[in-house]
Amino acid sequence: MLGMNKNDTTMLLLVAVLTMLAPFILNPFPTESGWAQFNAGYPDLMQRFVIFGIFAIGFNILFGLTGYLSFGHAAFLGIGSYSAVWMFKLLSMNVIPAILLSVAMAGVFALVIGYISLRRSGIYFSILTLAFAQMSFNLAYSVLTPITNGETGLQLTLNDPRILGLSQTADGSIPVTSLFGLEMRSTFEMVLGPWAFQFNVGYYLSALVLLAAFYLSIRIFRSPFGLMLRAVKSNQQRMNYTGLNTRPYTLAAFVISGMYAGLAGGLLASMDPLAGAERMQWTASGEVVLMTILGGAGTLIGPVLGAGFIKYFENIFSKINENVLHGWFGALPDGLEDLLVTLVYPFVGKGWHMTLGILFVLVVVFLPGGLVEGGQRIAAWLRRKKAGKNTPTSTIEPAE
Amino acid sequence: MDAILLQILNGLDKGSAYALIALGLTLIFGTLGVVNFAHGALFMIGAFCAVTVQRILNISFETVDPTQTDFLGNALIVKTPYLEAWFGPETGGSIIDWAVPLAILFAIPVMVFVGFAMERGLIKHFYKRPHADQILVTFGLAIVLQEMIKFFYGANPIQTPAPEMLSGIVNVGAIIGMDIVYPVWRIVYFFFSLLVIGGIFSFLQFTTFGMVVRAGMADRETVGLLGINIDKRFTIMFGIAAAVAGLAGVMYTPINSPNYHMGMDFLVLSFVVVVVGGMGSLPGAVLAGFLLGILESFASMNEIKSLIPGIDQIIIYLVAIIILLVRPRGLMGRKGVMEE
Repeated sequence: MLGMNKNDTTMLLLVAVLTMLAPFILNPFPTESGWAQFNAGYPDLMQRFVIFGIFAIGFNILFGLTGYLSFGHAAFLGIGSYSAVWMFKLLSMNVIPAILLSVAMAGVFALVIGYISLRRSGIYFSILTLAFAQMSFNLAYSVLTPITNGETGLQLTLNDPRILGLSQTADGSIPVTSLFGLEMRSTFEMVLGPWAFQFNVGYYLSALVLLAAFYLSIRIFRSPFGLMLRAVKSNQQRMNYTGLNTRPYTLAAFVISGMYAGLAGGLLASMDPLAGAERMQWTASGEVVLMTILGGAGTLIGPVLGAGFIKYFENIFSKINENVLHGWFGALPDGLEDLLVTLVYPFVGKGWHMTLGILFVLVVVFLPGGLVEGGQRIAAWLRRKKAGKNTPTSTIEPAE
Repeated sequence: MDAILLQILNGLDKGSAYALIALGLTLIFGTLGVVNFAHGALFMIGAFCAVTVQRILNISFETVDPTQTDFLGNALIVKTPYLEAWFGPETGGSIIDWAVPLAILFAIPVMVFVGFAMERGLIKHFYKRPHADQILVTFGLAIVLQEMIKFFYGANPIQTPAPEMLSGIVNVGAIIGMDIVYPVWRIVYFFFSLLVIGGIFSFLQFTTFGMVVRAGMADRETVGLLGINIDKRFTIMFGIAAAVAGLAGVMYTPINSPNYHMGMDFLVLSFVVVVVGGMGSLPGAVLAGFLLGILESFASMNEIKSLIPGIDQIIIYLVAIIILLVRPRGLMGRKGVMEE
């Protein structure tokens, strides 16, 4: 279907079903129950799941396919956000032109930065991208204040000169972002017994964009272009010796992934029209690296999983405080309860970053393929166990 | 003229921090070939060694002083550090006052131990893996170390003053008949870093151990074939590099109150310094550290800022980009080492 083989079609359909039904899937616990804090089905978080999913998919096109580790991708996210907010300020509150501009701007910046950075590879490439991102961050904070509004961040005001549309609504408030009149923040709530499911326009728009982005990344992975990028990863020198200039290919990959980042930035600004410099800081670039590696670099679904995983833990794990823990272990004897709470407490709540760091180190050491490889190993183990009952003899490895 | 000299001084003290961290990074890269993104965290741990020593020295007991009252009229509770009780207020007070320099003695074994633990526990498994993996695993480790410090010491910066004798300002220009007033501690920092750098260089240059390490840096395999346990020596070098980063952190605390993310802030810059100096070149790291420190402080002069707005924010990165593009082996890198 759509030029994909059967496996890829199944995967795309799976992602489609998951994203479309996310308000149900992420809300498994009734609103009143004690487990409700593990529900992730509220619009703000669901939007972040898919938007960072897009960001990570784009990053994976560069890192997963070519092996070039960019430590400056957040700069493109920031550029996308700023462009989108400017579009809201100057043109209209419609999200389409804003997103288009943010993709285009990120693409232009990626072209310039990529053209320079790709002259080097390996660690030098990482440091060049890092230097460019830190430069953009520092400039956005200081001299570019007329454009970026410095530390405060760029926001909509009541006297923006909006060409198509009003600068303020009839009751004197700032108009909201919309898609041809369909407001991004409008949410339909469906109450089913003890459950309350929320369907948000902004989320569904982002989810559709994610599906398109995912489809595009499948096509890139399976195309001759994608094969060329993999060849660059496995042995760039050999490619050069065969007389092939690899730089146009890597540059194209860099620009594409930069545009993905810009798209994510534009969507972020469309959901909540403000943009700040901290989105460009290098730790933000580090976050997308974490997402991609944790999920599985070079795999199609990995980055989406990684983004969802990290964003879920960032929002849900960090809410667990001491009282919640006491609630959990309340049934145990007092001394044991206190001991468990003291043991667990450093790893949740404010300390969830520690859990993330430990997890990340473990993944890099033991599971270089990320969550996807973990899943494959478990699947293979199950299959072996099943097959083991029928054929106890082990297979003989053919000699190389 | 005064202004120029002042900027050079400003650059020297920032440059000393860059040079010390970059020196440690280069030692690790040159010996083990590992790109250590956790080096900033080592700097931070060093700084918190100073905080720890300060706290230990300040452990006190409480007594009720009936002769004084607090603002509610109750008898005042006076805290007296044990040190003051043992050695008398004079000696005890001055020991507490000198907490930061004393922390050097505490930091060296702690940092060497942390370095050993890191190298043996984690990094040794990454020698054969690509640089990208090394960056990733040390980046994760840096997050963990940072969060551990945050858990124990909180997220706010902690004040750790320099000894009173060294915390004033001095007119360094008086010798040459000019008027340049400068904080004493920053001058101390500069000379301290010179001392450490000199120590490392003479250790590598004039001892047998250093000679073996240098030989190992040039050709690890051959040295190994000669029957020398080079791995063990490189582990020790990792410990020394960690100690250098830690000492840089200890002495930096009076300049900037330490907080848990100070390491990350320094990490990016010190990587840039290493690259500008040349990966694997020790003199290059030191030279580039001081050079970039001085460049940065000149760029923050008002005269230059009005000429090119924002230059002070980006000068270091700009220099790094230019160097990487025109001379990828850095200022003093050896030809053929990590040129691609």
